[in-house]
Amino acid sequence: MQRSATRNARLFLLMVGAAMALLLAAGAIAFLTDSPRWSVDEVALLRSLALDALEPLPPDPSNRVADHPGAAALGERLFFDARFSANGAVSCASCHMPERYFTDGRPFGVGVGVIPLNTMTLVGAAYSPWFTWDGKADSQWAQALLPLENAVEHGGDRTFYAHLIAEHYAAEYEALFGPLPDLSRFPRRAGPVDDPDAAAAWGAMTPEEQDAINRIFANMGKALAAYQRTLLPKPARFDRYVASLGDDGRPSRPGVLSEDEIAGLRIFIGKGQCINCHNGPRFTNDAFHNTGVPAAPGYPVHRGRIDGVAIVQSDLFNCLGPYSDAAPEACTALRFIVTEGDTLPGAMKTPTLRNVAETGPYMHTGQFATLAEVIEHYNAGGGFALIGHNELHQPLNLTPTEAKQLEAFLHTLTEEP
Amino acid sequence: MHRLYPLLILAVLILVGCFSSPASSTTSASAPANLDFSTTRLSEAGRYRVSFTSELNPIAINRLHTWTLHVETPDGAPVENAVIQVHGDMPEHRHGMPTAPKVTQYLGDGNYRVEGMRFQMGGWWEVVFEIEANGEKDRVVFNLLLR
Repeated sequence: MQRSATRNARLFLLMVGAAMALLLAAGAIAFLTDSPRWSVDEVALLRSLALDALEPLPPDPSNRVADHPGAAALGERLFFDARFSANGAVSCASCHMPERYFTDGRPFGVGVGVIPLNTMTLVGAAYSPWFTWDGKADSQWAQALLPLENAVEHGGDRTFYAHLIAEHYAAEYEALFGPLPDLSRFPRRAGPVDDPDAAAAWGAMTPEEQDAINRIFANMGKALAAYQRTLLPKPARFDRYVASLGDDGRPSRPGVLSEDEIAGLRIFIGKGQCINCHNGPRFTNDAFHNTGVPAAPGYPVHRGRIDGVAIVQSDLFNCLGPYSDAAPEACTALRFIVTEGDTLPGAMKTPTLRNVAETGPYMHTGQFATLAEVIEHYNAGGGFALIGHNELHQPLNLTPTEAKQLEAFLHTLTEEP
Repeated sequence: MHRLYPLLILAVLILVGCFSSPASSTTSASAPANLDFSTTRLSEAGRYRVSFTSELNPIAINRLHTWTLHVETPDGAPVENAVIQVHGDMPEHRHGMPTAPKVTQYLGDGNYRVEGMRFQMGGWWEVVFEIEANGEKDRVVFNLLLR
């Protein structure tokens, strides 16, 4: 009995050895004859990331002129017009530079002052239900108004902008939104802003006067949003690779991506778990996550989504407010907003990875200068959250080679000329 | 020799287990193997038989959509006027849904309209409905495996 068991154990080991040799041989043949092929499920996953899978831009019911070409034309001019700032030197394009995919290459935005947040790209942003890192706006037009009134961004106020519209864009404005009121009775500088004189002047205006100015201000935002809705992602080398994949999981044309880039893509959807949040054709789930990103040295920790929720709910210019064109039922972002829970503190919006190699530095305050540092952050399982908790569980255990391959893959997401 | 076949099969299985690519099990790596994915389930204390249909089928990630929830007693009588709370969780991750869905309308015949459903990640989800009708509370959990 015992001898028989020993013999069986020996035979078992022999079988293991034989099976291992067989598998190694099969692996070697596959390696020599073929680059790694994708499974049916993986092909489906890769196709879900390609630009071909991007749906048409959803309408913005809160903005009547969202898809009006005239509004986009006016918005484009406003976007690049530095007169719309306290010092006459700052336009939206000062931070959202077209040649940098509408980012600025700096850790912090620089307007009239320094903005302690990294400038987000505008390419494809119109698809998101929430805007800015903490989602403090629920439409692109409401978002556009925030920097205009911020003391360190454009540094202006509502009557300042209304006067500028009347002086420089009256015909274009009136063609879209109807006649401008007589603005001569309004102070040059008034608005609910930090500047005490402008705030006092605003407080002295009647609710009807404030409403007349608010309407012009909101319409400016709607024109700016109409322009930004035209900034859509363009195909990258990655998209060409996915288009070349047959149902058999093999590319019909070799060499679109290098072996390292393909290995990086495999890590992206597998071991690296990047696809958990960076999913869909824009490589973002538009949701808010806390991965324990360190604070920028010398700056307070951003409270993230917990602040964004409070701001957007009380924003006069939100989808449910008096300047929105939407029926309340259409304000789905606000109707189903998550307002409590321990996942909100410190959570920031997942950014798109399209063009990511060209849009550093990274994270909400540009903490990481390079993609290699970002990958190291995730490879370590995120950082210690100074507010809220880090959602990530554990280190990814990527080898240095795998980290480099992942980085190589990220470079394939840059749009082709 | 035939007595050794089980050993050979075992050896191959062990090796396949060792060699299988982690990428091939991207989204379901650590979900329990015996999860029940039925869309009709008995509530935990057995008070209600509950089923759902999604207007988005198959359910895709990152899409706001609507479900219809049907609630009946175990013997098939529709449950009217229930107060229903809904939330979703990813047991393998430390977060739930990006939205707070709500039952927005009673459609009659034990059917309830659930608006605001949205999932932001592929993988294993639990969608929990807390149901209270005629003073009786119970809960039902549906498992989803999203890609």
